[in-house]
Amino acid sequence: MTTRIFVPRDAAARAVGADKVAAAIAETARQQGLAVELVRTGSRGLFWLETLVEVEIDGRRIGFGPVAAADVASLFAKGLPTAAHPLCVGAPEEIPFLKRQTRITFARCGIVDPLSLADWRAHGGGRGLERARKLGPAATIEEVTKSGLRGRGGAGFPTGIKWKTVADAAADRKYIVCNADEGDSGTFADRMLLEGDPFALIEGMAIAGFAVGARKGYVYVRSEYPDAIRVFGEAVRIAEREGVLGAKAGFDIELRVGAGAYVCGEETSLLESLEGKRGQVRAKPPLPAHKGLFGKPTVINNLVSLATVPAVLADGGDAYAALGMGRSRGTMPIQVAGNVRHGGLFEAAFGLTLGEIVEGIGGGTRSGRPVRAVQVGGPLGAYFPRSLFDTPFDYEAFAARDGLIGHGGVVVFDDTVDMARQARFALEFCSIESCGKCTPCRIGSVRGTETMDRIIRGERVEANLALVEDLCQTLKFGSLCALGGFTPYPVMSAIRHFPEDFRPRLQAAAE
Amino acid sequence: MAAWNEAQGNEIIQRHVGREGALLPLLHDIQEGFGHVPSEAVPAIAHALNLTRAEVHGVVTFYHDFRDRPAGRHVLKLCRAEACQSMHSEALAQQVLSHFGVDWGGTTPDGRITIEATYCLGLCASGPAAMLDGQPMGRLTPESIPEIAREVGR
Repeated sequence: MTTRIFVPRDAAARAVGADKVAAAIAETARQQGLAVELVRTGSRGLFWLETLVEVEIDGRRIGFGPVAAADVASLFAKGLPTAAHPLCVGAPEEIPFLKRQTRITFARCGIVDPLSLADWRAHGGGRGLERARKLGPAATIEEVTKSGLRGRGGAGFPTGIKWKTVADAAADRKYIVCNADEGDSGTFADRMLLEGDPFALIEGMAIAGFAVGARKGYVYVRSEYPDAIRVFGEAVRIAEREGVLGAKAGFDIELRVGAGAYVCGEETSLLESLEGKRGQVRAKPPLPAHKGLFGKPTVINNLVSLATVPAVLADGGDAYAALGMGRSRGTMPIQVAGNVRHGGLFEAAFGLTLGEIVEGIGGGTRSGRPVRAVQVGGPLGAYFPRSLFDTPFDYEAFAARDGLIGHGGVVVFDDTVDMARQARFALEFCSIESCGKCTPCRIGSVRGTETMDRIIRGERVEANLALVEDLCQTLKFGSLCALGGFTPYPVMSAIRHFPEDFRPRLQAAAE
Repeated sequence: MAAWNEAQGNEIIQRHVGREGALLPLLHDIQEGFGHVPSEAVPAIAHALNLTRAEVHGVVTFYHDFRDRPAGRHVLKLCRAEACQSMHSEALAQQVLSHFGVDWGGTTPDGRITIEATYCLGLCASGPAAMLDGQPMGRLTPESIPEIAREVGR
């Protein structure tokens, strides 16, 4: 009997040698004459265990990790690996990090062969689209509205309302655009899904197209994700060949690749980029739902929002809305990153506190030093101190504490972090990535970086801090988009919550 | 790869004419063909897409990915974003740069390697992270530097 062995092909697994592990397993099995079928999956999202090798025994999987190529000889010393091996982690779904999750959007990720339509169907793929077709467009949108699903890119706008606006707009052409320009540091949910379950996105976009009357979709992926581009491109070709996409299905998808501009994650700038222009932000209104891509009504959604839609349709909006807290319904793929012991993707209902995420799930820092600061929501998100670890993961709760959940990235820093440097970096990053259209962002970020340099050098610290605060007000209220508008979050939170990192310079200057 | 070749350039351009929003995919293909976007490509693209040269130039220069000269034989992108910073990527990056004797964006005199900054590779729980010729690398340590050097040749 052939034994199936699963090795991730996710970039984060390949980054620590998964390809070498897979090659070593194939070679060892050949030498030993073992009947082995090697399946390359996405990642389960337990990155400290990568490369996580899973062996199917009697229909159940047993995990081994972290496996390096050099470990393969000992794994196969007595034939197929057994639970007695020291790297054995047992059944993956019993590992607390996975067991505590509620996997809806990422239900198949790390389990299936991402390029097998048969695997996708066997694990529930296609049920959402099928039900949408039975319900009809209006009831499909109603189902999405009922689910309470909100934009997972960070803005949190209700997906159903966006779809209804586009459905109600009269036009000869409409578009579905997937924003997979996942530039926030600390986030990798889009990448994992593109590499681990691309058909979930294809199904979600097909449902969106059916619901609003669009026949064409674009997926805009950043160029920093070559693996995701390769896998998703292949998935689109397979879907076309098998009739999941194409003329008969009434929906086409084209993959487009960004060119290294962070600001293109902003929706209007992304649309400009898709049109072949500089990725400069558009003033709103008009909303993309009225005048989007090529001036046509456009649904532009984050990848995670779109990939969640099949599950919402398959199991009903009410089931999804039953999870979560307040106005944040359903689940969020929280990405635990940075200096953290157990880093990875943790999909859970909204409502976990930041402390539970960082300490309980992440297990504290990888360095073993105390956690000092946590940046939530990417480079435009606020830095939280331990004293705010009781903040529940929820759009409104984070906003109430001058922060944002963004795309769900949580970056942990230990006590060696210098928050004045982090504040400076936020402004510098804004100056590197500004599209240049509005003055506060284009010039304010440069002046802000220079002013932070003076503070770090100990020059007129109090006056310069007042200047930075003033500048942040201008950025916040005078910028066209979130790049300039949200850069004050990391800057001001660093100053407010970690004044001691700015104060030594105050004292040094006084002496 | 490198110098502009009209026949090859036009062949690439013609593949994209008539396509909606063709300029970015076209520029990616030009860069793949020539290793950079040669200045001679700009008027040819402008003519084929019915754009002004200024418009094409504006797009080429807006995006960090497009080069105006070829890179070294290998390209190493080192992540400088926050998640990698928390794993002390900056100190490591300085060691890498000094090992190869280049600054950010620089190419070694023998054309062996170009080292560039990147802001996030989506390997944020496996930092410090990098990408060598499109291959992801994670959990880098000072010991990774001789490995990279071996990989790109002496």
